[in-house]
Amino acid sequence: MTASVFFGCTFIAFGPAISLFLFTIARDPLRVIFLIAGAFFWLVSLLLSSLVWFIAVQISNKENASVQKGLLIFGVVLSVLLQETFRFGYYKLLKRANEGLMALSQEDAMPISIRQLAYVSGLGFGFMSGAFSVVNILADSLGPGTVGIHGDSQHYFVSSAFMTMAIILLHMFWGVVFFDACEKKRWWAVVIVVLSHLLVSCLSFLNPQYEGSLIPAYVVMCVMGMWAFSSAGGSLRNLKLCLTCRDKDFLLANHRPR
Amino acid sequence: MAENLANVLHEQLSEGFPDTHRNNSGEGADRRRVVEGVDQELNGQPPSARPSQRLESEEDEDEELTLKYGAKHVIMLFVPVTLCMVVVVATIKSVSFYTQKDGQLIYTPFPEDTETVGQRALNSILNAAIMISVIIVMTLLLVVLYKYRCYKVIHGWLIISSLLLLFFFSFIYLGEVFKTYNVGMDYITLALIIWNFGVVGMICIHWKGPLHLQQAYLIMISALMALVFIKYLPEWTAWLILAVISVYDLVAVLCPKGPLRMLVETAQERNEPIFPALIYSSTMVWLVNMADTDAESRKKPALNSTTPESQAAPSQSTQGPDDGGFTTDWELRQQETLGHMESSEETRRQVQEMPSARPPAIQSDDSEERGVKLGLGDFIFYSVLVGKASATASGDWNTTLACFVAILIGLCLTLLLLAIFKKALPALPISITFGLVFYFATDNLVRPFMDQLALHQFYI
Repeated sequence: MTASVFFGCTFIAFGPAISLFLFTIARDPLRVIFLIAGAFFWLVSLLLSSLVWFIAVQISNKENASVQKGLLIFGVVLSVLLQETFRFGYYKLLKRANEGLMALSQEDAMPISIRQLAYVSGLGFGFMSGAFSVVNILADSLGPGTVGIHGDSQHYFVSSAFMTMAIILLHMFWGVVFFDACEKKRWWAVVIVVLSHLLVSCLSFLNPQYEGSLIPAYVVMCVMGMWAFSSAGGSLRNLKLCLTCRDKDFLLANHRPR
Repeated sequence: MAENLANVLHEQLSEGFPDTHRNNSGEGADRRRVVEGVDQELNGQPPSARPSQRLESEEDEDEELTLKYGAKHVIMLFVPVTLCMVVVVATIKSVSFYTQKDGQLIYTPFPEDTETVGQRALNSILNAAIMISVIIVMTLLLVVLYKYRCYKVIHGWLIISSLLLLFFFSFIYLGEVFKTYNVGMDYITLALIIWNFGVVGMICIHWKGPLHLQQAYLIMISALMALVFIKYLPEWTAWLILAVISVYDLVAVLCPKGPLRMLVETAQERNEPIFPALIYSSTMVWLVNMADTDAESRKKPALNSTTPESQAAPSQSTQGPDDGGFTTDWELRQQETLGHMESSEETRRQVQEMPSARPPAIQSDDSEERGVKLGLGDFIFYSVLVGKASATASGDWNTTLACFVAILIGLCLTLLLLAIFKKALPALPISITFGLVFYFATDNLVRPFMDQLALHQFYI
């Protein structure tokens, strides 16, 4: 409940995402626009799922706590499914827009490739999802209070921050894998993405037993990260060349001409 | 009165960059290198071979350049709009003065703390009606004055309102900020600060100044104006006014006899830029004397351009087909910030005729500006929406974020339409509609859902 908690949790939650944004997206206006459009799509999916949940709550018995919890779980599952549907819708929209532009310009190279769009849109989804999950909590952490005074967990803020970081990175990986699977028409991969999203969200039902939710979420994140890396064209050899600064293509591509 | 003026400055978006389309084929060589440079920079792929279908493929390359330049213009507007909203939200959240109820403006005389909901609704409708009619009258007055060339009156009006904003409102703002943070300040230092701030602001806005400083001042006065509205407009009135003003904006800019459309068309006929104090422009437009139509009032290029690399400012007008040390990348940046420049017989003659101390002027027949312009009224109303959302919403930051993203997407769509239609368009309707929809939806539907999720620490 001090400034250090606030700054610490903010940087834990948003650090990787903001650095990704600053280093890879901020300089290219087209990517920024598609990032914000991705965030908008996530927002619309959240709106729809909240609408359905709200209606369900209004017509249900408000006193019964277990009914309310059941409705909340239903809301979470519905929200995950709607998010993935909107991700697919965004993919379709981008494909159509890209095809239109290609037909118009007769150029061989599009101004932005579908892989970059996958990365950017996944990060857009992640930013918005993370922001909505954690910003209110961060704002509260600046004010006075005692964490867990009624017997709840004392690690509320830190665990929220770590979970948010995992979710943001996961959205990015899901975006890359999803778009790649749609491009290559591998529908089993799409199903796996949806199921892993459901898994991570359902694991959060185990909170506040953070071992049950955080650790598997991070395991899923690592697995999805490796999958996204390999579907974006990476391999162990590429990685080694890049880390030892011997990858000529990478150096040339990112070397800004003077 | 200042509020009126600010209300009057509307939302017309005029667009300058399509004149990059109307190129003559002589510039094709430069274009080619520009496109290749961009290809190298963006994709890391070697530029594809360009066969001799140069003249036909110019149109298509222009389309691709439209996309890249269009995206750049969108970002050139995203940044100031975001900054203005950030300033307003930061002030609302920290300085409690702007959320206290200290009365209402005389333009909204009916109070909203009434007994019944019906009475409140009626009062807010009446308030909105009065405000909108005041705005309409002021806009018509401005258009009439402009049409009959009463430039002195308009200038005087603009100067008085900027004086009010830069000195009086910023004095109040500074006072409240000091009160919030418990900073002790004496009147002498304060007078010095406000005097300097105000005078530099007047010079930058009404005369000449560095581009970024002028943009910063325009953002600041928009934020100050928005804060005044947020403070003095009661809730329902504010939402109603936002809704009605976007409808009015649509009508005023698109209808053939709409006042704002007539203003823009008259300005274009007379080949004058519209008052710089009312428009945020992403490129420099220097104006010595608005009514002066001789060589003085042509556009001069921005000498302090945005890129630090372009040091060779005096030699800008002498770019020819040989490289001369200016790499592709440098040229690309030049063209993005200053527009296309090429020395022709005419410009060379003019440069030689002029005294050597002055910077060379660039002549262009079609619309001079190569950036995008947004009226200050747009800034003000966007910030009012986001500020009101952060002041009154119980969902706090979620609602603010949602409105922010909605407004940016609306602006993006508006700019897309601008690229398609290439004429002045109202910037308020789409953004304000999205903003209002998302405000009410997030505050009433999403907030309870997210609160419950945060309570149980569920993640979606």
